[in-house]
Amino acid sequence: MPEIQMREAIRQAMDEEMERDENVFLLGEEVGQYNGAYKVSKGLLDKYGERRVKDTPIAELGFTGLAVGAATVGLRPIVEWMTFNFALLALDQVVNNAAKMRHMSGGQMKVPIVFRGANGPAEYLSSQHSQALQSYFVHVPGLKVIAPSTPYDAKGLLKTAIRDDNPVVMMESEMTYGLTGEVPEEEYLIPFGKADIKRKGKDVTLISYSKPVHMVLRAAERLAEMGIEAEVVDLRSLRPLDEETIYASVRKTNRAVIVDESWPMASVGSHVAWLVSRNCFDDLDAPVELVSSEDVPMPYNHTLELAVQPTVEKIVDAVKRVTYKE
Amino acid sequence: MAEKVPMTALSPTMEEGTIISWNKKEGDTVAAGDVLCEVETDKTSVEYESSQEGTLLRIIVGVDGSASVGQTIAIIGEKDEDLSGILSEVEAEGSASAGPVKEEPAPSAPEAPASPAPRESSESGETKNEETKAAPLPPKEDSPGGSRIKASPLAVKLAAERNINLSLVKGTGTGGRIIQRDIEEFRGVPGGAGAVGGTVTGGAGGSAVPADQEIPVTGKRAVIAKRLSESMYTAPHYYLTTSVVMEKVVEARKLLNESASGKVSLNAFFIRFVAEAIKRHPGINATWRGETILQHGSIDIGLAVDAGNGLITPVVRNCGNRGVRDIETDLVDLIEKARTGKLKPEEYSDATFTISNLGSFGVEEFTAIINPPGSAILALGAGKPTPVVRGDGSIGAATVMKMTLSCDHRVIDGAAGGRFLRELQLLMEEPARLLF
Repeated sequence: MPEIQMREAIRQAMDEEMERDENVFLLGEEVGQYNGAYKVSKGLLDKYGERRVKDTPIAELGFTGLAVGAATVGLRPIVEWMTFNFALLALDQVVNNAAKMRHMSGGQMKVPIVFRGANGPAEYLSSQHSQALQSYFVHVPGLKVIAPSTPYDAKGLLKTAIRDDNPVVMMESEMTYGLTGEVPEEEYLIPFGKADIKRKGKDVTLISYSKPVHMVLRAAERLAEMGIEAEVVDLRSLRPLDEETIYASVRKTNRAVIVDESWPMASVGSHVAWLVSRNCFDDLDAPVELVSSEDVPMPYNHTLELAVQPTVEKIVDAVKRVTYKE
Repeated sequence: MAEKVPMTALSPTMEEGTIISWNKKEGDTVAAGDVLCEVETDKTSVEYESSQEGTLLRIIVGVDGSASVGQTIAIIGEKDEDLSGILSEVEAEGSASAGPVKEEPAPSAPEAPASPAPRESSESGETKNEETKAAPLPPKEDSPGGSRIKASPLAVKLAAERNINLSLVKGTGTGGRIIQRDIEEFRGVPGGAGAVGGTVTGGAGGSAVPADQEIPVTGKRAVIAKRLSESMYTAPHYYLTTSVVMEKVVEARKLLNESASGKVSLNAFFIRFVAEAIKRHPGINATWRGETILQHGSIDIGLAVDAGNGLITPVVRNCGNRGVRDIETDLVDLIEKARTGKLKPEEYSDATFTISNLGSFGVEEFTAIINPPGSAILALGAGKPTPVVRGDGSIGAATVMKMTLSCDHRVIDGAAGGRFLRELQLLMEEPARLLF
């Protein structure tokens, strides 16, 4: 099976779907002539032309609104936001229009649209450009939210997203665009609402998604050296959420640590922690732990920048607490 | 419309019952009055008669499972009804049982816990308050340190499964929390089935020392412990002992047994004599009620019986005007029921006086703990050949029995107790006194 980069996997998904359905088109800042700020859309302009690969002005609210309108009249736009930090401008179109139209029209209107781009801290980008903003989107009924960690998951989920008749937000990560992984040549789709066990274990359940999954897997290796077999659950899909896989794992291990790179308050991580506490109460041997970013704006200083995010050490410490190994 | 079948209070003191058998199975039609199942209460086993009608749709608490009063043990309704709603309510009730309980898959979507549906009052008319009905909470008893026991939910569940008393477990988790590891490593007191195994090997010889056994205090044992402790701690006991020459009683019994078919036990005679003595000293037949003393009209005499799994005291009612043969008929029936666990609550409750006879074990004399609501209990020892001085001054051998009366001093003063015991002694030594 070929090993390809995450950016190539995402490109393949868009390419295949654009080829399959001529209503699918891509728009965003520098997606065309520049081949994408992160080269995700490389070659698509040459292949599909300016009618289906549109470079937009630096005006997120405007081009997002344009895309939502296009979706309601039958096209299937893919909106690339350069990063989610800039997408905050477009939140009104996403929350008040894309997420609501199907509901408010009694099902007469559909909004088949995908919003995608880089989310979460990268490096040396300071407070305004290092935010993990998934709570803003996951919070809203009417949206679906996916956050893959591997090229395989990204391609399979994005193809499902493009075919979905509802607005889907795909949250990627600048730090993983160069990450390689096996992706089959034949076509495949990954359904929403299915988590993936990235590592089997029996002593503790580590729940994460998106970029931190890789850190969690490194922590699991460290834990294995200490004799603790961690099971790593990659949520992949945040809304809908695969609760059954989470509960089955926690009921087996009796301990849960959630690793989420967003801030701790009202986050995906805190929500999952509540679900586990609520639904696995009698199976828990320790309170659920949440390893998140610290509750501060991102510092520019690199040492501090790393210190406020989840680290392998923080994850290992949390596992020690839930296994009472301190 | 499907209805929950609650465990009801099948004895006055019952808080929890264990299902011994189900007489109906799922799918069976149930009419009001049909026996649904047999339940072991704190005292005895009782048939649970249905007050509901329909089809038995689901058994929630299986055989050997236990349920607190008010907890749902089954669902009755119409065939092929959708039970998902009612089952999630039952689930929200929580499962109180340490025994096997039929499990239903948990609803997948998170939802607010359904509040328990209002219970219909049970046939016995006795319903418990919300507290006793609620699902078992993590233990709240005080630990030696005086603070609440802290245990992880998993540890609580495991301890319940293994019959481990959490107050005996040392917690090694954060802040002394009892965790899974502590339950798994707990080897002090393996209980019955499913208990933690654990063999402690001995010293130099290496010979195995049998592990301690922890026997759960449930049902009857708990009631005995509670009632007798209460009696001992609240009623100021004093004791009067005397000896009785048994010859005339033995003679009278012989006479009766020769003249009729079926033997009459000594206990029937004792009950007869005690009843007569009580008639003559009715102050003995009383109950302390704090503000008042209730002197009972009916003389209801309990006889302590070893039922194999604990003490029980079947009661012979209204003994004041009954002959020994009549008393014996009752006794035979009651003792048989006591040994087979079939006594009904009204057959073992509210003795106004109790007799405990350990003569068959060769015990010479002993003091008994008063059995409330009575205020006195008579402890009988073994009849034993003893040299006695007779009325005419001659010395001879006679069968002598020692008996000790325990009295509640709040109700019966020493002189009153003494007068009663003297009366009893004279009656037994000279049964002809029954006539005058």
